[in-house]
Amino acid sequence: MDTAALSADLAARFPGLTTRASKDMPAFDVPAASLAQVVQYLRDTHGFDLLTDLCGLDRGPAILPRFSVIIHLIGSTHHAYVRLAAACPNDAAPSVPSVSALHPGANWHEREVFDMFGIRFDGHPDLRRILMWDSYPHHPLRKEFPLAGVEVDLPAADVAAVTGRRVEAAPMMGGPFVSPGGTMAKAEPIARDESWSEENPKA
Amino acid sequence: MATTEYAYNSKVEGEVIVTRADAVVNWVRSHSVWPMPMGLACCAIELMAAGGSRFDISRFGMEVMRFSPRQADCMIVAGTVTYKMAEVVRRIYDQMAEPKWVVAMGACASSGGMYRSYATLQGVDRIVPVDIYISGCPPRPEALLDGMMLLQEKIRTEGGSLRRTFRGRTVETKIVG
Repeated sequence: MDTAALSADLAARFPGLTTRASKDMPAFDVPAASLAQVVQYLRDTHGFDLLTDLCGLDRGPAILPRFSVIIHLIGSTHHAYVRLAAACPNDAAPSVPSVSALHPGANWHEREVFDMFGIRFDGHPDLRRILMWDSYPHHPLRKEFPLAGVEVDLPAADVAAVTGRRVEAAPMMGGPFVSPGGTMAKAEPIARDESWSEENPKA
Repeated sequence: MATTEYAYNSKVEGEVIVTRADAVVNWVRSHSVWPMPMGLACCAIELMAAGGSRFDISRFGMEVMRFSPRQADCMIVAGTVTYKMAEVVRRIYDQMAEPKWVVAMGACASSGGMYRSYATLQGVDRIVPVDIYISGCPPRPEALLDGMMLLQEKIRTEGGSLRRTFRGRTVETKIVG
């Protein structure tokens, strides 16, 4: 795969497409509006016929554009990789075109990105959450979401009514875990803060 | 016999055994535990090993694994319980007939284990009453057997075994004859 020729061809065909810094494979920043066309062109013309990964990227509220979608493609005949990154133009309601019509394998990837980042995929046939339950009010991999989680209602109202429980924040057990040093027997990493050893009344 | 609840001496008692109804019921129950394998993660692999010939859970009278909650009386929660799965665990527990017991097998089922996260229930005792906790990540089959034998001990010492709550009402079983 001739990287320079590929870059020139794509740049000439898709205005706004630029080369992206990369240490391993050819990579391109693609305008979100033309993402599906680029993927289709790469598949039909350049033999990139297998989608190996589709993931989201959140750079935090300080860096704009905040959300991106990264796509990795591989050609099953020439065995070359390519990476596409599409920044979502709207930071409040991020969305990019779906590629699940071109690569059916993207269907669940896009549902996961939607679940974890809240990036919508226009044209997706069934954009539901895939990991968290449907009524979950947050997108856990966003930067502002705390690692411990936040307190919300249990998915099932009847179970919540019987048990009186909610989804609870679970702080990282007082970490980071530190090793006090010394002999092997004493050097096991422990948490300085022991506040996690809670005593909760049993349900 | 460690416990004298059903000690029997043929020279003294002949063909008559004198005991308490509680003791008999508990003895029967403790030696025919029908577990429901709630296998949710890697602990379930050790649970399967405990059922295999090498460790052989049937030596202790609890090998009749049933995958229907209606035919089981001991739920072995083996693995990580996510909040999404918690609903299912509770529903299956509700479908089991009384008397029923719950064993939390391994760190995840007991406390959430290493999964201090937004997605993981921090111990299955948040949603169902747990009788036995087994430590380990995952516990070895011997640890599971030990926990199950502890459960047998617990069943054997239960009082009022003829009395059960059923849909909020207390029901007393009468022994006739």
